[in-house]
Amino acid sequence: MSEQEIYDRLNEVFRDVFDDDEITVNEDTTADDIEDWDSLEHINLISAVEDEFGIRFKMGEVSSMKNVGEMVEIIKSRS
Amino acid sequence: MKELEYPFDSAYLLKKKKSIKRQLLSDGSTRIKKKIAVLGGSTTNDIINMLELFLLNYGIEPSFYESEYNRYWQDAVFGNEELDSFVPDLIFIHTSNRNILKYPSMTDSKEQTDALFANQMQHFETMWQKVEERYHCPVIQNNFEQPFFRLMGNRDAYDHRGRVNFINRLNTAFADYAASHESFYINDINYVSACYGLDKWSDPSFWHLYKYAMCVPAIPDFAFNLAAIIKSVFGKNKKSLVLDLDNTLWGGVVGDDGVDGIEIGQETHMGQVYSEFQKYLGLVRDTGVMLTVCSKNDEENALAGLNHPEGSLRPDDFIMIKANWDNKDRNIEAIATGLNIGQDALVFLDDNPAERSIVSAQLPLVAVPEMERPEDYIKTVDRSRFFEITAFSSDDLKRNEMYKENAVRAAQQAQFSDYGEYLKSLEMAGVIDDFLPIYLPRITQLTNKSNQFNLTTKRFTTAEMEQVFADDSYIRLYGRLADKFGDNGIVSVVIGKINGEALDIELWLMSCRVLKRDMEYAMLDSLCEKALERGLKVLKGYYYPTAKNKMVKELYGDFGFTKISEDEEGNTVWELELSGYTPKNKYITVERNQES
Repeated sequence: MSEQEIYDRLNEVFRDVFDDDEITVNEDTTADDIEDWDSLEHINLISAVEDEFGIRFKMGEVSSMKNVGEMVEIIKSRS
Repeated sequence: MKELEYPFDSAYLLKKKKSIKRQLLSDGSTRIKKKIAVLGGSTTNDIINMLELFLLNYGIEPSFYESEYNRYWQDAVFGNEELDSFVPDLIFIHTSNRNILKYPSMTDSKEQTDALFANQMQHFETMWQKVEERYHCPVIQNNFEQPFFRLMGNRDAYDHRGRVNFINRLNTAFADYAASHESFYINDINYVSACYGLDKWSDPSFWHLYKYAMCVPAIPDFAFNLAAIIKSVFGKNKKSLVLDLDNTLWGGVVGDDGVDGIEIGQETHMGQVYSEFQKYLGLVRDTGVMLTVCSKNDEENALAGLNHPEGSLRPDDFIMIKANWDNKDRNIEAIATGLNIGQDALVFLDDNPAERSIVSAQLPLVAVPEMERPEDYIKTVDRSRFFEITAFSSDDLKRNEMYKENAVRAAQQAQFSDYGEYLKSLEMAGVIDDFLPIYLPRITQLTNKSNQFNLTTKRFTTAEMEQVFADDSYIRLYGRLADKFGDNGIVSVVIGKINGEALDIELWLMSCRVLKRDMEYAMLDSLCEKALERGLKVLKGYYYPTAKNKMVKELYGDFGFTKISEDEEGNTVWELELSGYTPKNKYITVERNQES
């Protein structure tokens, strides 16, 4: 899977979860950039990403992930 | 909405919850509003989100109070201003095995384990009693899921120090409490977590990351199970199953294969599957669900199939059998009319996707579950929780018989040219009087189920009904009606509140199975009698229109009341002077309670 493809699919997931079709994420995107991205929505985001790519994040990864770029690196390493 | 019916796609619901909620709220349907307090021992955010979707789909618009994280016990025992002013219609206590105060340890004696157990039960029972005293509303309490490790392995189940053993004891004690307390219901997460798979359910990362007591993907299953209890408490259960025959109740087509050719019974694998399904439907019928048939068949063939010696359902088990070649949606409409229930109370089971899609399109209120594999039929019907039972009265046991007696009455009626002669021939005997404690469950149930002959459509919880029963400022009447064909049980309820010299009639309802029998006149006679005994001068009647109660729009007018006001929404207020009232009932012999 190319990095571009991962970002395209991630964009869809972000738009669904935050119910906002304007969202476009890049490697520097963090919770500060998206209004509804609080700790409670984070969990739904993680579950939806796992579901989309058919992977499971480790607990340590979930709590230490700093931005979307790191998320993409993990997805790349698993698929 | 199909997406919220079993078997739903949990990941989809979690991901799309915001847009699904928007769609539901803008679909133009009318919903009853209910206030639900969620008192959590772990995170409840997404539980509330999912519960909201399922309830909206059931025609209930909830608003929520959510306790601070793990403040369930403090909120319940001490209350707080916010919760008090919220005035909940229902309280849900969301605890799990993560909230168990202290488990037994290997050094504990049996006495010490018993003390731990007693202490844990006291923690909960204190809370339940406080909640009942303070809020007088239905309470739903989770039981406990199994622990995700077993220190002693299998011995954990039978050693008093085992966590499995400790949790099973608590679950039994919770069940005992629920069985002996009205308006207290168990949300059986012990069962739901087993269905889901305990290992996945208990994935500890969700606890350590977010303090969820279960894995997030399991939340829709959890919320669906909880929503089923709530919709049942608020009177939104289904009432009748409409069943196709060929390839639904047996394998094959009876018209083509002949009675000897259909698959049912122990001879073949598929025959066994259909036998088990028929037996299951028989059990569903025993809970008070009405069975009917809607099949494209010659009636003769349909009956022959239902009389197959290996089948367990018989033609007599069905209240109506529509076996003909008309469109199924027309037959189903006729079934709803014939049973006098709404289309939203029907569930249609048919193996044929084409028939299902026509019925779904023509009759959107009818529930039409996917029936793909005969071996999954039982699971589909059962897991959909159409008939979640939260109260069970003796009338539920007899319902099928009562409806059948009605069919005999209808046949008799056709033989009389004068309707009065027909009513006389029924030899009707009624009991009308103040409520008796043993009837409160049935009376409460009626207030939540009656939609058509219901002037105010005021709903009561068990706790509210108990308050009405204890309050002297009410005049309460229940009415039973029997005739030569059978006993209809309690069919009418009237509640009036004394207001100076007037009686405000807050509730007047009657079951549609006794329409046009003069029962409403008998109730009015008794009401006037009781009101005069209490020295009152005027009855005040109220009619609040809904989508379903048009039939009683002019009831008070027919009774001889005078309309005194009407607003833009069609709400009307009526008055009747009690002096000079002459009794109206001519056909029913009425008695009062034996006890009084």
